Amino acid sequence: MKKIIMGHGSGGELTQRLIKEIFLKNFDNEILAELKDSAVFDYQQARWAFTTDSYVIKPLFFPGGDVGKLAICGTINDLAVVGAKPLYVSCGLVIEEGLEISLLKKIIGSMKKAAQEAQVKVITGDTKVVEFTGFGGLFINTSGIGVVPKEVKLSIEHIMVGDRIIINGTLGDHTIALISQRKEFDFQTNLSSDCASLYHLITQTMQVSSGIKVMRDVTRGGLATIANELVSKNNFGVELWEEAIPIKKEVEAITEILGLDPLYLANEGKVLFVVKKEESDKILQILHGHPLGKEARMIGKIVSTPAGKVYLRTSIGTRRLLDLLSGDQLPRIC
Amino acid sequence: MKYASEFRERQAAEQLGGKIRHLMENIGRKITLMEVCGTHTMVIFRYGIRQLLPDKLQLLSGPGCPVCVTPNLYLDKAIIYSSKNNVIITTFGDMLRVPGSKSSLAGESSRGAQIKVVYSSLESLKIAEDNPEKEIIFLAVGFETTAPTIAASILMAKERNLSNYFVLCAHKLIPPAMQALIEMGELKVDGFLCPGHVSTIIGSEVYQFLCQDYGIPCVVAGFEPLDVLQTIYLLLSQIKAGQAKVENEYKRVVSPEGNLRALELTEQVFETADSSWRGLGKIKNSGLRIRDAYAQFDIERKWPLEMEEETLNPKCICGEILRGLKTPPDCSLFGKTCFPDHPLGPCMVSQEGTCAAYYRYGGSL
Repeated sequence: MKKIIMGHGSGGELTQRLIKEIFLKNFDNEILAELKDSAVFDYQQARWAFTTDSYVIKPLFFPGGDVGKLAICGTINDLAVVGAKPLYVSCGLVIEEGLEISLLKKIIGSMKKAAQEAQVKVITGDTKVVEFTGFGGLFINTSGIGVVPKEVKLSIEHIMVGDRIIINGTLGDHTIALISQRKEFDFQTNLSSDCASLYHLITQTMQVSSGIKVMRDVTRGGLATIANELVSKNNFGVELWEEAIPIKKEVEAITEILGLDPLYLANEGKVLFVVKKEESDKILQILHGHPLGKEARMIGKIVSTPAGKVYLRTSIGTRRLLDLLSGDQLPRIC
Repeated sequence: MKYASEFRERQAAEQLGGKIRHLMENIGRKITLMEVCGTHTMVIFRYGIRQLLPDKLQLLSGPGCPVCVTPNLYLDKAIIYSSKNNVIITTFGDMLRVPGSKSSLAGESSRGAQIKVVYSSLESLKIAEDNPEKEIIFLAVGFETTAPTIAASILMAKERNLSNYFVLCAHKLIPPAMQALIEMGELKVDGFLCPGHVSTIIGSEVYQFLCQDYGIPCVVAGFEPLDVLQTIYLLLSQIKAGQAKVENEYKRVVSPEGNLRALELTEQVFETADSSWRGLGKIKNSGLRIRDAYAQFDIERKWPLEMEEETLNPKCICGEILRGLKTPPDCSLFGKTCFPDHPLGPCMVSQEGTCAAYYRYGGSL
């Protein structure tokens, strides 16, 4: 393929190929090669976590948040899932000529609120203005840095066959809330994006149980993609239980109509835990006591075969492979 | 229907699987059933339904994926129109990556052609209203299900005196294609899982001729895994009893006579015409043409094109796959040079295409 197409940004097979063939090849180093939500490295007797993410969404405001809240929460979550305490965040803006300043104020206000709630400070930034492109006004990049407490020992190497997979709530809310706002779909829904900072939920859980082996931020590409990243090149696989995966009725209905698979839809407030089987009930209990974990469920387990693959135990008892998506999901015609 | 989950119940699925296996033992020979609709192909893969069926029962995918059966020539035309000044092509997303003879719409888009993905014909109409200085050409691809919405958009365009909304029409009709498949005689189909969406519009009675003239059992099927299993069970029961009749498993949605209002709309704007199908060739009265009264909206009559012959990738076997003669693993390109993100044939593009379904869900566990 000679040119970038939208599918290169979907998080699926094409994105993985870009990462492997261009980024990893050029930036070749062992920290990047781990491809975690945040890079984790030791420096001056401390363990640091560092991450960056760009937020390009349409529309800028949606039920449950806006691009500003998303830009702070997303970066905090990337830090939180590697066990870090988020400390400082940067804010880089690329603004399209013509954006109403009142909207910019509102978005920056959301960033301030989200940062305060998570007790992080925005300590550096940059502003660029580009010609009107019609995309929708504003791109935000945030980077975040945090420190990983000594007692945190998360590692994919601790994962064992029989470990359980837990998710803190329903899947697909964010994408479907956004889609419903787009003018080409006239869906009337009460759905809100799940956009939220997961730092407090995660630290509370880690304080009570030492059974968490690994966490992943279930964003772009959805549960199926994140689970594939988890097993990729490892000597274990993941079995997911279709009936146990929490999906709101509204999300289920809209994805049915559009022919989308909710397991591949992006979320902005979901974390996947791989936990020791014996600790799974306790962890679920803690999650259920937190506003962001009320609908937490145990949705699967680590299996020995097929290694490196993810499969779904379907509601009718059969099995199907959950592969990386190649390209974007497209609604169907008939 | 209250919730889709009622139709995904494990115990019921296992019971039906058992009944199907039992019937197959009684029938005692190889049986080939064809699911005509691409969405059924998807459901069969997505729920691993084959795992519940005996080996002697073969499920074949038919010509029911609109993107897949659209010939290269149509794409070639769309690409020429897209290169004209002042034109915006509006299309369903699936069509973007289908390779034509030399290029695809996605390729043209990255070279600067104005191509917009829409989710309905009415959205195209809106784009026409919002851009009066542009010519909007909607790629009308699909079966009986989409045709009424295209008809409605044309009627609305007329009512609103829109002179910049056009349709490049490649609408196709399913029953003539089913008949052509049988007439070709290459394939022995023991029963049809008739398409649920299409039947919502055209009703279940239209398949009678397949039972009466060709002796093939037909059952209209819904799209949940239990619908598909129940349909297979009904077809096998007919085969075992030596019957051939139309049954309707999808009664919660499909009526015998169909959606009369939708049929009226289609009838008002379109007339039947011969149509070319990828893999099946030209089939008599298997397509829809815009009636003369609405000719002003037909881009092919406003700007007729002199077309060269379409060229096909000689190694691509989409045609044979659409006729049920081969399956994707038989293709030398499948999974080697032809992938969903780099499709060489249309069956790999649409998520309802047989190759895409095999590629996505067919991997071994």
